[in-house]
Amino acid sequence: MAIELVKERYASPINTLEIGIGGKAVKIGGQTTLPFLFDEGAMSNPPVIALEMLDCEPSDWADSLRSRYGDCVKDPVKWADKCVKEFGSKILCVRLQSTHPDYGSKKAEQVIPVLRSIIKNTGVPLVIVGGGDDERDNEVLPKVSQALKGENCLFGIATQNNYKTLTATCLADGHSIIAESPIDINIAKQTNILISDMGFDSSRIAMHPTTTSLGYGMEYVYSIMERGRLAAFMGDKMLAMPFILFVGAEAWKTKEAKDFSAVQGIGWELATAVSMLQSGADLLVMRHPEAVEAVGKYIKNAMGEK
Amino acid sequence: MIVIGELINGMYKDVGKAIMNKEADVIQHLAVDQMKSGATALDVNVGPYSRDPVGDMKWLVETIQSVAQVPLSLDSTRIDVIEAGLKLASKRAIINSTSADDDRMQAIFLLAKKYNTQVVGLAMDKTGVPNNKEMRLELAATIVAKAIEFDISTGDLFLDPVVLPINVAQAQGREALESIREFRLLCDPSPNTIIGLSNISQGTKFRSLVNRTFIAMAIANGLTSAILDPLDKELMDSMISAEMLLNKAIYCDSFLEAYRKK
Repeated sequence: MAIELVKERYASPINTLEIGIGGKAVKIGGQTTLPFLFDEGAMSNPPVIALEMLDCEPSDWADSLRSRYGDCVKDPVKWADKCVKEFGSKILCVRLQSTHPDYGSKKAEQVIPVLRSIIKNTGVPLVIVGGGDDERDNEVLPKVSQALKGENCLFGIATQNNYKTLTATCLADGHSIIAESPIDINIAKQTNILISDMGFDSSRIAMHPTTTSLGYGMEYVYSIMERGRLAAFMGDKMLAMPFILFVGAEAWKTKEAKDFSAVQGIGWELATAVSMLQSGADLLVMRHPEAVEAVGKYIKNAMGEK
Repeated sequence: MIVIGELINGMYKDVGKAIMNKEADVIQHLAVDQMKSGATALDVNVGPYSRDPVGDMKWLVETIQSVAQVPLSLDSTRIDVIEAGLKLASKRAIINSTSADDDRMQAIFLLAKKYNTQVVGLAMDKTGVPNNKEMRLELAATIVAKAIEFDISTGDLFLDPVVLPINVAQAQGREALESIREFRLLCDPSPNTIIGLSNISQGTKFRSLVNRTFIAMAIANGLTSAILDPLDKELMDSMISAEMLLNKAIYCDSFLEAYRKK
């Protein structure tokens, strides 16, 4: 007797989130199945990769990574150009590192023209994340958000303990928001509720479940993402958000990626990214163009494209 | 949980009066309030004092549907009253109910087939409510067999162990709970299980407390739906907590609110 495989069917899809405007807007999410299980459901939007760049020269990037970009890293506008025009990135993630106290405490007024130029030159949608200092981010991001009103960016990062300022400003200026939790599905759900309680449309939230890298507990992130996904498919609207994963930043933090050959670093980022895709990632934020190219091919293959 | 709001029932004084005087706003408020409080379907019963049950059923269905498009549980002992409601129902309805008596099942399942409805099956027959779970199970199995005979999916059945007031038949609480667990194993797809919750606390002093304690116990035994008062917030909170504790929803600090956002 032939063995019949058990196939799951789910009632509720993941939200579709659009970033950017016009013809270059990018959509993520919308799937009705765990990753690439096309016998069980559809993935209306393939996972997307954003190249990550900083708004200032990176001081702690591995040589093998930084050298791939050359001198353009000294000028964020040129850097963005290279990402889009040479490496073909369809969406960019700009980390406003220069606003962090350790990297110069730049004011919003200094950062805004840079972002405007990037948008003007490249036309691609932007993911914009703060420098990581809550106090500075709460000063800078509202002004940046307001200046880019109508550009439909994805702003981060909101956490359970620091979400109000960013939520209010994204709400006012029509941007989407990244809700982060520390590898904890309960806090992920709670953060989504807190943000939506402020009147923010829950379909405009992307979840960051926290990224880790190969060798540093990826399986735990996998299990958290899978659990959230299954709950979402069963109808939990407060977990039905697409996932964003900062794969590049995590992978290139490890000594295995940084301190050895470029090939190993690229491989480390690639392996992490592919694992996160299999965990349900919708938007990967990556750093090395070669790793991005390889993961792009992997996505096409997995989606059944030629 | 499938929550069937119980309040539109002519047995209640105000509702009976509203039906008699055709006070649409009373019924419509009850419909909307129950939906807002988490009901996924509404029970409709013209009550024992209706002089024109068929006409009243039609009026109730039309009155409710003019403010809420919601599945209705058409609740009557009379086939013609149920059918009057079915003819007007805009969403897939539930027939409430059949017993395990052959003539009743024959008539109800014919209607269910004709109108593509779900059916509540009471584990009782003309001789009354059994006093043990074995007999309940036997009657439930009779209903399941009949449904299959009519080519009705067992997933569309709601098997009711029939809950009796705790101050009348205290030993029956446990029998009902154990029946729920066993009903779920009767067939594939598993039937839904249902109780008329408020019955458990009839005539007791702390009705809400008894109701919300019993529903948590019933959910732990596999209950998938209940006819209850969704306006009892503590009862709904208890129901949501029980489901969360059984890992049916992912915990977060605002889990009550999360459930209500669905």
